[in-house]
Amino acid sequence: MNNIPMEACLAISTLMFFAGVYGFLSRKNMIMVLVSLELMLNAVDLNFVVFNRYLYPGQMEGMFFALFGIAIAAAETAIAIAIIINIYRNVKRIYIDENITELKH
Amino acid sequence: MNDINMSYTLILLALPFLMFLVLGLLGNKMKPLVAGVLGTLSLGVMAAVAYYTAYQYFFVVGKVGEVYQSLPVFNYEWLQFYGELKINLGIMLDPISALMLVVITTVSLMVHIYSLGYMKGERGFQRYYALLSLFTFAMLGLVVATNIFQMYIFWELVGVSSFALISFYYTKPSAVAASKKAFIVTRFADLFFLIGILIISYFAGTFDFATLTDPDAPFIGSAVGATFLGGTALSWALAFIFIGGAGKSAMMPFHIWLPDAMEGPTPASALIHAATMVVAGVFLVARLFPIYVGTTVLEIIGWVGAITAAYAAIVACAQTDIKRVLAFSTISQIAFMITSLGVSGYGGHDGLGYMASMFHLFTHAFFKALLFMGAGAVIHAVHSNEMKDMGGLRKYLPITHITFAVAVLAIAGIFPFSGFWSKDEIMAAAFHHNKAIFALLFFAACLTAFYMSRLYYRIFWYDNNKDYHHKPHEAGPTMTIPLIILAILAAFSGFVPFSKYITSDGKAFEAHIDMLVAGLSTLAAVGGIVVATLMYAKKKDAPNKFTQTFPRLYKWASDRFYFDEIWLFVTRKIIFDRISKPIAWFDRHIVDGFMDGLAYVTQAASDKIKGLQSGHIQQYIFVYLIGALSLVFIFIFFIAFLLS
Amino acid sequence: MGEQIVFLILGAIIAGCSILAVTTQKIIRAATFLLFVLLATAGIYLLLDYHFLAMVQIAVYAGGIMVLFIFAILLTNQPGVNVKFEKPWRMFLAALAALSGLVICGHIIFYNVTKIFKYAEIDYISMQTIGTAMMGTDQHQYLLPFEAISLLLLACIIGGIMIARKR
Repeated sequence: MNNIPMEACLAISTLMFFAGVYGFLSRKNMIMVLVSLELMLNAVDLNFVVFNRYLYPGQMEGMFFALFGIAIAAAETAIAIAIIINIYRNVKRIYIDENITELKH
Repeated sequence: MNDINMSYTLILLALPFLMFLVLGLLGNKMKPLVAGVLGTLSLGVMAAVAYYTAYQYFFVVGKVGEVYQSLPVFNYEWLQFYGELKINLGIMLDPISALMLVVITTVSLMVHIYSLGYMKGERGFQRYYALLSLFTFAMLGLVVATNIFQMYIFWELVGVSSFALISFYYTKPSAVAASKKAFIVTRFADLFFLIGILIISYFAGTFDFATLTDPDAPFIGSAVGATFLGGTALSWALAFIFIGGAGKSAMMPFHIWLPDAMEGPTPASALIHAATMVVAGVFLVARLFPIYVGTTVLEIIGWVGAITAAYAAIVACAQTDIKRVLAFSTISQIAFMITSLGVSGYGGHDGLGYMASMFHLFTHAFFKALLFMGAGAVIHAVHSNEMKDMGGLRKYLPITHITFAVAVLAIAGIFPFSGFWSKDEIMAAAFHHNKAIFALLFFAACLTAFYMSRLYYRIFWYDNNKDYHHKPHEAGPTMTIPLIILAILAAFSGFVPFSKYITSDGKAFEAHIDMLVAGLSTLAAVGGIVVATLMYAKKKDAPNKFTQTFPRLYKWASDRFYFDEIWLFVTRKIIFDRISKPIAWFDRHIVDGFMDGLAYVTQAASDKIKGLQSGHIQQYIFVYLIGALSLVFIFIFFIAFLLS
Repeated sequence: MGEQIVFLILGAIIAGCSILAVTTQKIIRAATFLLFVLLATAGIYLLLDYHFLAMVQIAVYAGGIMVLFIFAILLTNQPGVNVKFEKPWRMFLAALAALSGLVICGHIIFYNVTKIFKYAEIDYISMQTIGTAMMGTDQHQYLLPFEAISLLLLACIIGGIMIARKR
């Protein structure tokens, strides 16, 4: 890896992150929003690992937090999808801002 | 002083209040007759207690040495402001309050009995008795008040019960209007009363009558020291207090409510608007008499009374509604009492006017209540208030006729009926004090005899062969018995040796008949009666001729000299138009406008910024991102640039 | 040289697929592009010698999460219907924000980060090392976060059941 500069890795993760930002801001479908969220989380995980590898190679903090990040992402996705399915069951649409205005019972 | 426990006098206040609560809250659950009998019985108990109290006071405990003391038999500290300035609630007995206890309970008892017959079958019979109990409670509380503030509280309570009784027939618009008029006029006068109380308590530091009426009270000096618009603070306070009294006692120019107050049931008028409540003003001045003595205010009071007496007598001659005649007669007679106080001095024989005033209050209560009840019996029989629907009734209503005649003779002042004695003392007091006032009173006395006889003849004689659709008949014993009792009282109550018991300083003095004055007033009374007999005993043209000769005088008198119109002009055209409307405009446009403006600005601002709370998560994230990027931008490029 | 080529290929896949994932009209394609991105990221982890992490990435992300996604898509979408976008003005704003963020971060990366990094070869990280680090309580050991994550997962399991069950 000597011949791969760190900024190349960071550039990739940055690109991924802002692609996620764009998706989050521009899409209305909830699942698309969730996809964008996953992209952002993944970019962050990648950043953890890259910094660990290049700046503190003797330690494992970055790796472990990437690990935990993956676990949290999994948990969050499971909950989010449960919510989405529940909303779909109630109003038959999963578009933000449109008809999800009556969540309270 | 004897250590006699007189706390049983509390019954006098507790019982009527209890009856008010019971009849007012549970009355609708009872049969009307039960409620009426219950109220009457409780009043009977109270009358017995009152007589016993008066007896105890006048003959057992009241007199210390030669002087009648005021006895605070019960006192409860209710509100303390600071130092001596506190409001107590209590019972104070002195000659005039003992007198008033007797008068109120007697008349009230008669009215209660009388109403059993008169009000039979009326809707709201229980309510009527509840209100009578409330009124009795308030009036008794007023007369036994230990301090001026307690008096004021009961004063207003009296006003409230009067208001409620005037509007007893609340489905009649005229009754509602009359009650509003009475309430507003007396309340307006009471405002001055309150101001007077505040001024005088500011200087005296106390509300207590015992301190206030001490002739050597130290506060009088300080109150005299402070002046305002040419009068001393004391004068202003006393004048204001008198205005309050004038409002209740229907002195000019506050008399306009009393004739309209006749919209109420007749027995209630007899109790409230003839015998008891309207003399509250007289009682007030008498209560504070030691302060009034010798001031200019007392002179003014005398003049106001005299003018009112003459004015009301003139107006009474031209009224055709018999209750209105009696109302103006009441105004006139109360004005006699006020005048009598106004011409009185303090102590010994100088206090003749004071004694005469109380004496007249006493006798007047009986004969005026009798007149009202007699009129009530007549109205009951012919179902009309107007003179033109009456005439020749002596054949149908013999008992009413005789008792009414007794009352007329008493009020006219014919020897030996009660009115003669008391009115004679008033005349004597005025004669010795001020000849002009005496002349006015003399004139009023002539007219009194005249208009009362006119009333009597128009009811019982005049049109002797009048046809009645329903033959009028005498009412039952519940109505005639009170008439007879009151007739006896009206005939003989003049023989009570008043000057022994009720005097300005508590010491007895020997009052004697001044033959000159007695002769003059008898002459006036006889003259009035003779003229009335000539004009009204038979149906003749003389009255019409008289009115045609003086059309304007008659018109003015029958229209009550346009006092109501003056008041209406003042309130409608001046106060409403010039003061109230600009204030209302100010309130609506400036004050409300300011508040509306605040609300509008807030709403508009919220409307503008509500987009920030849209609930659109993507919008939030966008704003957050822009903010975070801006911060990064600033830190990286500007701060770094500045630091380097 | 081989590493560089592999890295370039992976980077190109990540860049292209992540952009495609957020711009495509068909939602199932977006999920597929996301899968490619996740797999390419696992490849980069491998390049960086984090083998365990790469396996976790593939197993959890590409395996577990993607299955969830595809289930959700199947449950909520009518087949063949395109996904709606924001209004053009919003899209422009979103693109502007993302681009400006990209520019600022890119600036930081290329003008600030390069000056301080140094690369050092590391040993192969054995599973035993990772297991000890995860289960210990000393310095550089992570029992507490591990337990916290376990609790979080438990809460998510319960919450997911509660939310998605039929009433």
